[in-house]
Amino acid sequence: MNAAFRPAEPAAPRPAEGADGDAGHKAVLEAPDIRRALTRIAHEILERTKGAEDVVLLGIQTRGVTLARRLAARLEEVEGRPVPWGSLDVTMHRDDLRMRPARALGRTDLPAGGIDDRVVVLVDDVLFSGRTVRAALDALNDLGRPRAVQLAILVDRGHRELPIRADYVGKNLPTSKRETVRVLLAENDGRDAVLLGPAASPPPGPARRPAADRGAGR
Amino acid sequence: MKRHLISAADLSRDDALLVLDTAEELAQIADRSIKKLPTLRGRTVVNLFYEDSTRTRISFEAAAKRLSADVINFSAKGSSVSKGESLKDTALTLEAMGADAVVIRHGASGAPHRLAGWVRGSVINAGDGTHEHPTQALLDAFTMRRRLGDLEGRKVTIVGDVLHSRVARSNVLLLNTLGADVTLVAPPTLLPVAVDSWPCSVSYDLDAVLPKSDVVMMLRVQRERMNAAYFPTVREYSRRYGLDAERLAKLPEHAIVMHPGPMNRGVEIAAEVADSPRSTITEQVANGVSARMAVLYLLLGGSEPAIGAEVPA
Repeated sequence: MNAAFRPAEPAAPRPAEGADGDAGHKAVLEAPDIRRALTRIAHEILERTKGAEDVVLLGIQTRGVTLARRLAARLEEVEGRPVPWGSLDVTMHRDDLRMRPARALGRTDLPAGGIDDRVVVLVDDVLFSGRTVRAALDALNDLGRPRAVQLAILVDRGHRELPIRADYVGKNLPTSKRETVRVLLAENDGRDAVLLGPAASPPPGPARRPAADRGAGR
Repeated sequence: MKRHLISAADLSRDDALLVLDTAEELAQIADRSIKKLPTLRGRTVVNLFYEDSTRTRISFEAAAKRLSADVINFSAKGSSVSKGESLKDTALTLEAMGADAVVIRHGASGAPHRLAGWVRGSVINAGDGTHEHPTQALLDAFTMRRRLGDLEGRKVTIVGDVLHSRVARSNVLLLNTLGADVTLVAPPTLLPVAVDSWPCSVSYDLDAVLPKSDVVMMLRVQRERMNAAYFPTVREYSRRYGLDAERLAKLPEHAIVMHPGPMNRGVEIAAEVADSPRSTITEQVANGVSARMAVLYLLLGGSEPAIGAEVPA
């Protein structure tokens, strides 16, 4: 909502103290920053894959799917032809399944052409421990055999626990392990922003259901 | 906290919808070349079958294997049960083997409930006597939802041997939870005494109910459980309560015909009806695997079960 007040070109990071109730949360990216980051990632994908000929975008549930849809639209704008995209739910492949109550599953939807021999670009909102991406790689294994798999991420907050890195990064965000990073997207949350907040009240571990905290908890 | 699925009434509306939604996602697995998920790796599921079964046992086995659980099949025939071992001693044996879930089918109503007090794992009722068969009700509701959409306000008619049917009881309870209107149609001799306490209505006239039904579920005439004369002849039963082509024509366009199997073709359902495109009988079998995968995942997948009820030890 404060996007309405800002000039077209916002200067470097401003302390936009959560204007709407996210007490203690600092917006590190606002809607225009996210828009620019996605546009840049789209161009990088085109450059790296030489026109995105065989590319399939697969968003990881939940916000990764929104980002994949937006990226697909950007690629189509630039290249003038549709780029297939789909969604991937990795719940059943997670290594922390047994540490929390069983969760509802999201949808896995592959585009009609499948992923065999394609270049799959996995898309997610936050890259943290890398465990979600590992689960996604495992899930892909059962769905087909892509020629290559790449990773596009809106925010890389560091603290990897596995040897995984992103090919396309919207923003590198140095954080402490105790901080939380929340990505809000208009389609899911009513507005676009990336919020950096102090440690979540319940420490990562037991019983918190919503998939919304994935970027923060994991 | 240990939770079980012994009665369809163990599921709240949210639980039931969670199972159906989960089953919907898991149904996709059946279309893939690799029909397997690593979710229950290292968990042990024991199939404890004291009564004959084709569909249910194979369905539970397929469901557990698709989720990568280890499956131990036990059938009373050829086990120490024929030497006189009691249910409790068998249960303690399973306990010693570390079963995370026990799927039990037993001829005595209430056996799963007793078992739940003896083992550490979750107990899933796969049919006990004439009491309940909750996963059948779940797969039936799943099948209805896939064909007809939301079940709220749908008219479901269950026809036949309600007295001996665990499927009917579980379906009445679950469909009521999901907001459907259930009508039982049966000869008075094949209705349980306390049927007026069930959340459904009762009719003796199939032809009057058919035009208003979205779903007709035919029940098997369970001759193996009949130790008295419940109706004069099979022919008369078939004429009054069987579903033939003529009666099928009375159903609304969109209505579907279900049967939990095994069928007595020519008794409760005519062969041409069973094989018609409005019959969901083979679909029900395929959906059974998805529904049971959902139940196993929600009971065993996480740190604690997400559905079901506790049983005081």
